[in-house]
Amino acid sequence: MSDTGFLPDFRAGAMAMAPLIVAVMPIGLVFGAVAAGKGLSGAEVTLMSALVFAGGSQFVAMDIWTHPASWAALAFSALLVNVRHVLMSASLGGKLQGFSGPAKYASMLLLADEIWAMAEMRAKEGKLTPAWFAGLAVPFYLVWVSTSLAGALLGAFLGDPKVTGLDFAFPAVFIVLVMGFWKGRETGAVLAASAAAAVLTHQLLPGVWYIAAGAAAGVAVALLAGRRQEALA
Amino acid sequence: MTVDPNMLLAIVAMAIATVATRIGGLVLIRFVTIGETQRRALEAIPPAVLMAVIAPTALVTGPAETIATVVTALVAVRLPLLAAVAAGVVTVAILRMALGA
Repeated sequence: MSDTGFLPDFRAGAMAMAPLIVAVMPIGLVFGAVAAGKGLSGAEVTLMSALVFAGGSQFVAMDIWTHPASWAALAFSALLVNVRHVLMSASLGGKLQGFSGPAKYASMLLLADEIWAMAEMRAKEGKLTPAWFAGLAVPFYLVWVSTSLAGALLGAFLGDPKVTGLDFAFPAVFIVLVMGFWKGRETGAVLAASAAAAVLTHQLLPGVWYIAAGAAAGVAVALLAGRRQEALA
Repeated sequence: MTVDPNMLLAIVAMAIATVATRIGGLVLIRFVTIGETQRRALEAIPPAVLMAVIAPTALVTGPAETIATVVTALVAVRLPLLAAVAAGVVTVAILRMALGA
């Protein structure tokens, strides 16, 4: 899109992301409040949100947080929860034609579920530029980091997230994202397999193995469905 | 506002693991050609992972969470993300109060 400059494209990306930026605010606040409740200082909360920038794994980390923190368990759980990023960056990586080599790597450093989903949608229209991607990612990143800090500082004033229902904001975002991936019956089979495997594993094994189990079951069903289609064709 | 060295180590370890997953895909597609089967597996991963993350909350935490999950999903069919999330949060708060959970 050589006819548009950096700023208009950046602004268009930020506008497309605006509803998700608003949605991430309560999640950032809740994360900060939960982390402060676990004994993390405001600086530590800010550092984690700035360096990790992956809400799902940060919440899981708070679930399994111990004193002193076990870096190996936390790194492994972050790897498991975020292993989906490998597939997201593999999928998006082939669609970054307008990006220079370093820009490709720089933009993938800010990969998150919401950013990835929006970028994929834009790429389908063939209009994904580095400026548009920056518009998606940079404001979202800054809001995540600053609301985490605000949550850590204001934690006590936000009230118990279980009473206000704010702890449900994060699963709710994921539910909506799942609905966005719906493409018919095959998606239903993938989701059912993933849910069944995840619940079963969650009941039987500690930690975050349930996420890996659900992912594996879903992919297995998708591959089986594909093979059956090929056999019928 | 201090940073404990132990905490710092844990945060940096999490960050390194996460950066590896973010860059991993770019490295992967340089060495693996994406055929029909690989594309199918790639497409199934995001919904499967998201479903796995929410499944324990949605299915085995309690009736309030299960009903709120259904409400969120139904609202998401017609309304934008923020409205669906708000509907889920309000539903879970009201049901928890009503059910005393």
